Amino acid sequence: MTSVAALMAWPVILPLLGAVLALLVGRPGVRLVAGVASVATLMASSRLAWEVAHQGVLRQSIGGWGAPLGIEWRADGLAALMLLTIALVGPLISVHALDHLGDREDREFLPLWLFVWCALNALVLSDDAFNLYVTLELTTLAAVALIAVRRDLPGLDAGLRYLLFALPGSLCYLLGIALLYGAHATLDVGTLAQRVQPGPVTWVAAGLVTVGLCLKTPLFPLHVWLPPTYTGAPTPVTALLSALISKGSFYVLLRLWLEVFAPVLDARVGQLLGVLGAVAVLWGSFLALSQTQLKRVVAYSSVAQIGYLFLVFPMATSGARAGAIYLVVSHAAAKASMFVAVGNIHQAVGITALGGVQGLAYRMPFTFLAMALGGISLIGIPPSGGFIAKWLLLNESIGTRQWWWALVLLAGSLLAAAYVFRILRGSFLPLPAEVKVRSIPLRNELAPLALALIALVLGLVPWFPLELLAIGASR
Amino acid sequence: MNPWLVYALSGVALFSVGLVGLFSHQHVVKRILASNITGSGVLLVLVALARRVPSGPPDPVPHALVLTGIVVSVSSTALGVALARRMARLQAEATHSPEHEPRSDGEGP
Repeated sequence: MTSVAALMAWPVILPLLGAVLALLVGRPGVRLVAGVASVATLMASSRLAWEVAHQGVLRQSIGGWGAPLGIEWRADGLAALMLLTIALVGPLISVHALDHLGDREDREFLPLWLFVWCALNALVLSDDAFNLYVTLELTTLAAVALIAVRRDLPGLDAGLRYLLFALPGSLCYLLGIALLYGAHATLDVGTLAQRVQPGPVTWVAAGLVTVGLCLKTPLFPLHVWLPPTYTGAPTPVTALLSALISKGSFYVLLRLWLEVFAPVLDARVGQLLGVLGAVAVLWGSFLALSQTQLKRVVAYSSVAQIGYLFLVFPMATSGARAGAIYLVVSHAAAKASMFVAVGNIHQAVGITALGGVQGLAYRMPFTFLAMALGGISLIGIPPSGGFIAKWLLLNESIGTRQWWWALVLLAGSLLAAAYVFRILRGSFLPLPAEVKVRSIPLRNELAPLALALIALVLGLVPWFPLELLAIGASR
Repeated sequence: MNPWLVYALSGVALFSVGLVGLFSHQHVVKRILASNITGSGVLLVLVALARRVPSGPPDPVPHALVLTGIVVSVSSTALGVALARRMARLQAEATHSPEHEPRSDGEGP
């Protein structure tokens, strides 16, 4: 048992080793080192997921120190699914980054991405409230460096903006955790879940934790930093932010809320989060529809898609949990594919305006196929991961007699269809004669397609992820 | 009033002052400093919580957390200041040579 649980260390150690080695070897070997580290981490993550699928929840005490004093790690189905998502989506984005960024950035992007990967894997596996704070901060710091990797003004501005919103978010979270420790004398999430009682300390702590994590994710109306940060960062970094990094703080919120806070809080608090999520869906989609810059359309669409995730809190059933997690995974693949496709378009024609896509579907077929498949998942048309996720949420909204969330889901889908078709429509118009289309490497065309195919496969074979994420859902 | 409660409430006050500063200022360095004040407030609450049981030795766990918290806050401050310095230099270059295009290695946004 111990030896199997020790497998949990590898998805964290391997990217960390890779990052340090990649920094040390410098230019000649950085791609090789990062490639080997990525493949090794993917294998370690798959192996762990395999064990969780067959043996159930795994636990590991770091350094042999048990729960009351030491730090516990826990791999349940949800954690395993997140590890797999990061291991599949992240490397595909970094393949795209190789040619998109310059030569020097290449040398710095890959180690930084491996640091983010290491931090996210640790975050996913940790079962200790303070350890979660540390992993959240590690993710943020590495992400800030990634955003500013180009060292130009827009990137530096975006990095600082992100840092100065993420910091208060983490500090709110930390104060909440401090209050919980003061009241219950434990940091272990499982023990907290047993000891927590309704009362003013719990309510204030839950409020601080929730606000802090909503600021980092971000949930409407705390999303003001998202559009400028997402547009200022290099496109592959935006893809990582939207697909994976923002999901880290949501993952912590989902686990703490469903496992610790939900039983001791008034149901109206869940409703409030749901309402904010619903407003995010409608307002984000509406703003996505009114943008004239391609990258901003996709960025505002992230505000909306994050909104759907918060519909899990008012319903708080296992079906809604499955729906939200399914959306986390399918949005990671679909949105990454769309951002990478945007990067390709920019590389090919150098235009960032929405009108710049005119006629490009004929010259970059794979990029636009990826855009269309990713868009299908965002809208929620079958077969796609987005459809399965929305179907689950729709079922739960009817099942829990909260039909108003179903209306939000439907309205969001209509608006998403509008902004996706707005991009696709232009691409099929005739190519203007004066536009020069630079050819881009084939692997840059295939990377978004592979990401979009993940979103498609999630819609075709939902059984495996759904069975996996149910393992260890309740403690 | 217990002494530890005084410290805990001072921590909460620092935390609030820092948060207000973070969101009411435009200047980057002021905002970084405000985030430091916010962080110190949280750490002060943690230190105070270690003494909430009056008899016996203080609880060592919050102290360990505070040490970790200090390391995190030093790192994030350093990163923030490094970015702010770089940005100030680029902005100064851009204003001193108006006919010179701002340097950009990549292809923009």
